[in-house]
Amino acid sequence: MSTYAQKKGVGAVLWDYLTTVDHKKIAILYLIAGGFFFLVGGLEAMFIRIQLAVPGNDFVSAGVYNEILTMHGTTMIFLAAMPLIFAFMNAVMPLQIGARDVAFPFLNSLGFWLFFFGGVFLNLSWFLGGAPDAGWTSYASLSLASEGHGIDFYVLGLQISGAGTLIGGINFLVTIINMRAPGMTYMRMPLFTWTTFVTSALILFAFPPLTVALFLMLFDRLFGGNFFNPDMGGNTIIWEHLFWIFGHPEVYILVLPAFGIFSEIFAIFSRKRLFGYSSMVFATVLIGFLGFMVWAHHMFTTGLGPIANAIFSVATMAIAVPTGIKIFNWLFTMWGGSIKFTTPMLYAIAFIPTFTMGGVTGVMLASAAQDYQYHDSYFVVAHFHYVIVGGVVFALLGGLHLYWPKMFGTMLNEALGKVTFWLFLIGFHLTFFIQHFLGLMGMPRRIFTFNEGQGFETANLVSTVGAFFMAVATIVLLINVVMTIAKNKKVGGDPWGDGRTLEWAIPSPPPFYNFKQLPLVRGLDPYWIEKMEGNKEMTPAEPIGDIHMPNNSFVPFVISVGLFIAAFGAMYHNEHSWGIPVLIIGMLVVFGSMFFRSVKDDHGYHIHKEELMDDDKGGKA
Amino acid sequence: MKRLAKGRLLFMLAVTTLFLAGCGEPFISALQPAGEVAQTQYDLMLLSTFIMVGVIIVVTVIFLIVLFKFRRKDDKIPKQVEGSHKLEIIWTVIPILLLLVLAVPTVAATFDLADVSPMEDKNEEGKTDVTVVNVKANLYWWEFEYPNQGIVTSQELVVPTDEKVYFNLLSTDVKHSFWIPAAGGKLDTNTENTNKFWLEFDSKKADEVGNIFYGKCAELCGPSHALMDFKVKAISKDDFDAWAEDLASMEEAAQPETASAEQGQEIFNQSCIGCHAVTPTGANAVGPNLTTFGDRTHIAGYLEHTEENLKAWIKDPEEFKPGNKMTGQYGDLSDEEIDALTDYLMGLKVED
Repeated sequence: MSTYAQKKGVGAVLWDYLTTVDHKKIAILYLIAGGFFFLVGGLEAMFIRIQLAVPGNDFVSAGVYNEILTMHGTTMIFLAAMPLIFAFMNAVMPLQIGARDVAFPFLNSLGFWLFFFGGVFLNLSWFLGGAPDAGWTSYASLSLASEGHGIDFYVLGLQISGAGTLIGGINFLVTIINMRAPGMTYMRMPLFTWTTFVTSALILFAFPPLTVALFLMLFDRLFGGNFFNPDMGGNTIIWEHLFWIFGHPEVYILVLPAFGIFSEIFAIFSRKRLFGYSSMVFATVLIGFLGFMVWAHHMFTTGLGPIANAIFSVATMAIAVPTGIKIFNWLFTMWGGSIKFTTPMLYAIAFIPTFTMGGVTGVMLASAAQDYQYHDSYFVVAHFHYVIVGGVVFALLGGLHLYWPKMFGTMLNEALGKVTFWLFLIGFHLTFFIQHFLGLMGMPRRIFTFNEGQGFETANLVSTVGAFFMAVATIVLLINVVMTIAKNKKVGGDPWGDGRTLEWAIPSPPPFYNFKQLPLVRGLDPYWIEKMEGNKEMTPAEPIGDIHMPNNSFVPFVISVGLFIAAFGAMYHNEHSWGIPVLIIGMLVVFGSMFFRSVKDDHGYHIHKEELMDDDKGGKA
Repeated sequence: MKRLAKGRLLFMLAVTTLFLAGCGEPFISALQPAGEVAQTQYDLMLLSTFIMVGVIIVVTVIFLIVLFKFRRKDDKIPKQVEGSHKLEIIWTVIPILLLLVLAVPTVAATFDLADVSPMEDKNEEGKTDVTVVNVKANLYWWEFEYPNQGIVTSQELVVPTDEKVYFNLLSTDVKHSFWIPAAGGKLDTNTENTNKFWLEFDSKKADEVGNIFYGKCAELCGPSHALMDFKVKAISKDDFDAWAEDLASMEEAAQPETASAEQGQEIFNQSCIGCHAVTPTGANAVGPNLTTFGDRTHIAGYLEHTEENLKAWIKDPEEFKPGNKMTGQYGDLSDEEIDALTDYLMGLKVED
């Protein structure tokens, strides 16, 4: 089965990716799909900023603007940020713990295809009568009043892709618990693995409330339910609670892995072990835990009363403490270090002041009495872009440069990378810093236009100019990617020279079985330990033996297509007679392929010892 | 030396305040508070800003030292430090203390701003001793009912200055949010329950802006969410009482004064009166109450109050507020009919 080295045709490569269960290839799929949706969401952002560049603009109409703002938020959170994070988790985490794959490779593939078809379904709304238009929060009264099928696309699309995310989260949890290499105790796990672990736990608990909320909304909109209809005894506030019980942890689902990526970057390019490793782990777990206790701070103006508001206010402020611990630990990781200003490091360095800004406005928002002014104003828009772009997107861009060699075996161009970085950084602050003031000056969020004479003109224009800087930065990044692929100059296993964790101890890209022999882990930063003792590679923990590998499978793709078809049936069943049959056909495809998977034994295959011995392509240790 | 530092700090404080105050227009900016609620929130804003700027300075100083001092100069491997309990305790405890400094006034203010007990105390007539306004948010317009005075207006909220005004907030269709930035933070108008809070309008600040503050809908509510503005006329208690009495004593609609306006009234009574009242009664109406239309400062809550704008609005409301509920309700009107209607509507006044 060692056909991986042979040249393959386009069709064969495509088929390989459609059926792959290899975590490294699934990571690449996540990267491509997430990157695509990131560009779509970015384009939507540009439309928003062009529309708001001048007062009374008619670049897009009011209704279309609401669709764009909804799709910008939904796409960026669910279809860009999450999958891109999943891309790095898939690419790196199994390598960091010294595993040959994730615990459930089949489910890993299923998770990706569910996300992908959910995302495609959601975006098809643009061509099938209009996108959702009730904001990414889709508050119940507005989303039930929304005409057309936009909201149905939102509900069904997120339901499908949400299932994929949940599957992915469970898979990572099981992987980290069960598949660590000999010696890789919990307190020796790299911080990116730790954040993947905590994030996966958050996904496990946060996505079910979203699933419930989406089902209730689905019944209300398509099957005559009245869960959110106050005239029939329903209640729209329940949607707000369910959404934010998911929605707030979601923020940490995004930002914790970002913290993990930055922790790796700081340590690598300062040539120093992470300062206060155990308190970093503790802070991560604490943030994850507190993240579930604070959802109502998104609802301070809903009218929950002063007692609830005060409690959630104080609870929210408490999160600032572990976050502050992290900031100082990163600073002191660099302190006394030997800092090299590579592109990933630049993103990490820029992240500190940017995220601190987002953090302090977060504390201001946490203070309920003043939040009444900030809520649903541009102040909030500025705040969450500071944390999500300054935290998550910076991490994704930094991570892209850092892990590109590990994923593809080539290096992105450093000069172009720095151009992207500076353009993006300047553009980002130009766009969003001034939006704090717009909000305080009385500009509500989600408005498609504003009138002259309210003092909003200059700041909005500045903000739009900034957005163009970010757009140019993204174009430079794309050029960089294309050039790097075209040049295809291969690099070694530890291209940055200062790799500390296991993934840098094996070739780039790693062989499909990752480790020929599982490595023996002797402490935190195991590869660094070996390097400091003059070893070129990890000490193996086992003799060379047969490696058991899973077979590729097309079933995950088919299951996802089945749900995709069923969703169309559900959506149109009220106006077309073919709706119910299509729904049934889709579900038959789903259950049929599940049945096929259940009854057909698939034992995988073995790479034999002899093949591994011959193979000097890498995987030593 | 110490005094100098103190002076400098005060100076910086003053500059920051001035800088913030220079932001935005006084009739809409939360940075130029025009009442007790907005002032409380502004004070909290300043307090948290100063704490946070302190934090940012500490982070920035360490950050800059690190960036300049610890650049890679040679290939030496730095000492691998595990951590420092002392430092870690410091940056755990100090933030907790700073947060307490903010948390205590926050909690106090949260309870204070939610205290609506005076509007619950009703006298034998079933009225309250304080000014109460029942706000109904509708798709892109606002209705204001004064239960104590027994009057209803819309789009322009009239309030007395220098006293607490209490609000009951409810929506009739989808969720909206009631926000007068200069007077204080917002509260949502839910579809299923009444939310209550109070605001206060400062007479001096009201004078500075010609008595008109801007109000906004702050919760996405549909295509014309951006245009769901309203105006707040803050006038002295005496003026307010006189205005309310004028309205309350109104038995029938204001009579047209010109022939054209008379014709307009006829058209109005045929096409418009099903939704729009011209007497100050009838809460929970289908369309905005037009009793005081001629006194208003804006058409549809955001257009300048001119005859041209009114005519254009009646001709095609959809062009101005997409998704509004008025479009298509009254058939096609000829230009002459619209002119007559405009004359009539502009004459609907109670103020002189």
